Amino acid sequence: MAKRVGVEVSIAIAEAVKLAQAEIIAAYPITPQTHIVEHLSEIVADGELDAEFIPVESEHAALSTCCGSVAAGARTYTATSSQGLMLMSEVLYVASGMRLPIVMTVANRALSAPISIWNDHQDIMSQRDCGWIQTFAENGQEAVDLTIHAFKVAEDKKVSLPMIVNIDGFTLSHVIEPIELPDQEDVDRYLPPFRPKYRLDPKRPISMGPVGIPEVYTESRMAHDQAIKNAKRWIIKAWDEFEEIFGRRYNPIEQYMAEDAEILLVTMGSISETAMTAVDKMRDDGKKVGLLRIRLWRPFPSIEFRKAAKGAKALAVVDRTLPPGAASGPVASELRNVFYKVPGAPKTFGFIAGLGGRDVTVERFEEIVDKAEFYSKKRPKELYEVIGVREK
Amino acid sequence: MKEVRLHGRGGQGGVTSAELVAIAAINEGKYAQAFPSFGPERRGAPVAAFIRVSDRQIRTREKVYHPDIVLVLDAALPSIVNVQAGMKDDGITILNSPLSEGELREKFGLKGRVAVVDANKIAMEVLGLPITNTTMLGALLKATNIVDVEHLEAALEKRFGRLADKNKAAMKRAIDETVVI
Repeated sequence: MAKRVGVEVSIAIAEAVKLAQAEIIAAYPITPQTHIVEHLSEIVADGELDAEFIPVESEHAALSTCCGSVAAGARTYTATSSQGLMLMSEVLYVASGMRLPIVMTVANRALSAPISIWNDHQDIMSQRDCGWIQTFAENGQEAVDLTIHAFKVAEDKKVSLPMIVNIDGFTLSHVIEPIELPDQEDVDRYLPPFRPKYRLDPKRPISMGPVGIPEVYTESRMAHDQAIKNAKRWIIKAWDEFEEIFGRRYNPIEQYMAEDAEILLVTMGSISETAMTAVDKMRDDGKKVGLLRIRLWRPFPSIEFRKAAKGAKALAVVDRTLPPGAASGPVASELRNVFYKVPGAPKTFGFIAGLGGRDVTVERFEEIVDKAEFYSKKRPKELYEVIGVREK
Repeated sequence: MKEVRLHGRGGQGGVTSAELVAIAAINEGKYAQAFPSFGPERRGAPVAAFIRVSDRQIRTREKVYHPDIVLVLDAALPSIVNVQAGMKDDGITILNSPLSEGELREKFGLKGRVAVVDANKIAMEVLGLPITNTTMLGALLKATNIVDVEHLEAALEKRFGRLADKNKAAMKRAIDETVVI
């Protein structure tokens, strides 16, 4: 029987990587991700996991090492945050372009300057288009489950793409909460051994990652785009199988009190739990409010989203990053695209909250819903609004 | 749901205390959360940690703004931190202090229910160190029913290994000596 334990989410993620029997872990410590790889290095040093832990000199080296090991056919894992992800940026695109199925946890954190170690989604949104499959976890259980799911999806020959599981730094990574750690037997049943279609082997030499001359580059990028879009099917199938074995159901979009809702909050990550509490409170006050939570960010589940938001008058989209000079936050922009010229589509209102560790409370969600309600009658002057700004 | 805010200084083990309470509650079959006031570790500086314990799944990631229980590990903290900020009217403040409940009320202007124990004295006598985190867990057990003694002891044994016995002794003495008003 899987055991329910009180454990720090970072430690539980490391245990999930152990259950997935990763063979190579190459990582560099950075707050707030450090506990994950710290615990993994202990697990490897204690002989609990037959893996190589490669302590590298930087995140650029971490991900480069991962590219090499996964190309050679080893199940490969890394984790990072914030500035570390920035230093990986160049290699992120290499890994996905070469279709190398690395699994990575990103403990989301703000970017410098000013220096901030606290949570928001600026790090991952700056790498939005890196071509990796991306999911967002809401709680510790989901962080564990999505980690195991990520290996299955990424390594599937029909997918063969790297995958990022996003968890909120501190607000998720550093919390002790009840988590059911799956049994090794069940994980083994769920996760087949990694058998890549192509791998680096001195006996059968092949080239990986050659130059893409203008005659092939466009087609290569199109193939990547097509591959990640096609991956949605296998991502969902892997969630179906997950439910069969582990009994927990995951979908690209989760709905909460959404069926008859006029205003739908849209969130990603751990603030979704606070948002649910806010929805409960507003429902008690007689407001027709619901929540759509995006779990699958890349590929974006456009069709599922249109279906989930059907009948709503307004979407109150909460972005956790403020891209300077942009029309609006990335999630709000995405949804305006998704609903462009769709008959009867809800109006999309962009809100930016929870930057650099500022708490997003139940009251803030109520404020956001009130504003969305007002704006559905009186068009706002701006395409987005920052919430919770200090007045003095 | 019961919400706890724990005040201590960096290095005093407040975060560990919060973790132990959450783990004990989870092992009892309840739902719980424990988390630190996020930030770089600063030894000696005032820090806070938070605990939630509930019979139902906890669906919030807010910090604790309106605690039912405030646990203060350091006797000098109430003079620099408003430990009762946002406290619920029927909440209880549990303090480490050599002063009496009456003296504490007068000195720090405390309101509502108060519990007090001289945790420094117990910790020095039992552990030989002025580290009050496990001693104050005894005060928490005496003043509230947030977790039961057995599960907290089990969590403590797992965390402290060969140092567990001393910490359990300090906790038990605090259960005896804490005055709850």
